[in-house]
Amino acid sequence: MTTAPQSPAAAPTSGGLVTPLRMTWLHLRFQFLESVRIPMAVIGNMLFPALAMAFFVVPQQEVAQNPLWATTAVAGLAMFAVCSASLFSFGLGVAEDRQLPFDPYVRTLPAGPGPRMAARIVNSAIFAVLGLLPLIVVAWLFTAATVTVLQLLAGIAVILVALVPFVLLGMAIGYSMPAKAALAVVQVVLFPLAFAGGLFLPPMMFPAWLDAISKLTPTRAARDLLDQALTGTTPYAGAWLVLLGWTVVFAVLAVGAYRRDEGRRFR
Amino acid sequence: MTVIQVDGVTRRFGDVVALDDVSIDVGPGELVGLLGPNGAGKSTLLSLVNGQRKPDSGTVRLLGGDPRDAASRIGLGVTPQETGLPATLRVSEVVDFVAGHFPDRVPTADLLEQFGLTEMARRQTGALSGGQKRRLAVALSLVGKPRVLLLDEPTTGLDVGARQALWEAVRGYHAGGGTVLLTSHYLEEVQALAQRVVVIDQGMVRADAALDVILRRVALRQVVLTCDTDLSAWPGVVRTGTGPAVPAGADGGARQTLFTADADALVRDLVLADVHFRDLEVRGASLEEAFAEMVDPDASLEGAGR
Repeated sequence: MTTAPQSPAAAPTSGGLVTPLRMTWLHLRFQFLESVRIPMAVIGNMLFPALAMAFFVVPQQEVAQNPLWATTAVAGLAMFAVCSASLFSFGLGVAEDRQLPFDPYVRTLPAGPGPRMAARIVNSAIFAVLGLLPLIVVAWLFTAATVTVLQLLAGIAVILVALVPFVLLGMAIGYSMPAKAALAVVQVVLFPLAFAGGLFLPPMMFPAWLDAISKLTPTRAARDLLDQALTGTTPYAGAWLVLLGWTVVFAVLAVGAYRRDEGRRFR
Repeated sequence: MTVIQVDGVTRRFGDVVALDDVSIDVGPGELVGLLGPNGAGKSTLLSLVNGQRKPDSGTVRLLGGDPRDAASRIGLGVTPQETGLPATLRVSEVVDFVAGHFPDRVPTADLLEQFGLTEMARRQTGALSGGQKRRLAVALSLVGKPRVLLLDEPTTGLDVGARQALWEAVRGYHAGGGTVLLTSHYLEEVQALAQRVVVIDQGMVRADAALDVILRRVALRQVVLTCDTDLSAWPGVVRTGTGPAVPAGADGGARQTLFTADADALVRDLVLADVHFRDLEVRGASLEEAFAEMVDPDASLEGAGR
């Protein structure tokens, strides 16, 4: 080790904070690298929606061979996979990261919560799209689901928008509690949301009261908007409002939780 | 401008008062050692200065700004804990990630060379040895050309060679005009680096003075002997301690533990005064034992020179 003195900037540095865009890119690269360095996690994440498709939809021939039903089923599974990945990998991921000593260190670097959260959302989006590819292949090969290229692209665009509130909800949970508690809460939140949102059973089968509740959930809004993109059905009025409303609510919760978070409270 | 300004800061964790009305100012170019036993509040204080936590009351300013604002931390260098490096990332990736936060940075190759990590650039940090991780941690604190450096126990657990090398790096940074606040529970480390020492214990500042002043007060020696005269008020004895409980000998002498700044002088005095003692042992006092003097509510803080 040589000891050439590291000259500290004796005069105040002229530069200010690195721009938010560059900072987001920096954090995205970092998070992406961390994600892909554990290939099994990536592969599992990518295969899960396709496997669910192969086990739950393909064997039901009357669904699989009906173009409209199959497409709707694929949409529901795709949305569920994205919600689940966003809540688990990123909500839980935050809670787990917070338990590592590197997280408090990163918080001492000159960057606010914005770039880190934005990077998480983009990272989530990248893996969501990667996870959809095998699903689309299975659906294309083994079911009657059909979409045009334009519909497919529109569907992916809707998914990318719709995953934002779930990443934010995951982060709000992750920054509020330890990983073990976050795991439990994510599970408790995910399945009712997915069910009430009509991701498992089509909402046409819901009684009226459940349908009314369903329309207030972000999952239902996302499902119907995705369905519109893929099959051209008309979503219920206010679907966009519900989705964007929850996005704002979860963003406020996530930022609040981040600001309150001061790392582990051991002493 | 004061680089670090801590003013009347109190911080609690539940019922535990981690910091109790603490005030410390660090000026530009100072190298201040924060010395105290484990759990004294050193790390809590650093976490307030680096913006990780908020004080319950009082104010903390870093380079004139609120450390909770990202912009105030541009001039701040912090070391991650060695165990906290992202294990799957390569050394150069971690350096680039941290460096990317700063408007002005040391080139990765230069930094790695300075810290003897050039061959490790492509290795994952999980593959580094403990000493290499610690070197990387200190290197990361310097990559943004900080004006002030916070070092939390920088060399705990390192071997002598690695420790010396890191000390050299810190001295080099300081010689270039940088301000340093470092914590340690090793007197030796603070002695090797700091010019000014703040002693903190149980959340309170016990002393804040130049290194030599503090050394005189905490670098105590422990003289253990058996003697039938009570020596606790003997000149040069700072305080007595509870030594190993040894039953009184046949001559009725009691085992006494005396803390003194100068064991040689004390023993010479006892011999010259013809005090009868036996089973003399002289050893260094641990930092915790030395702190007991400052922590003891009965012991006057000015009493070290008695």
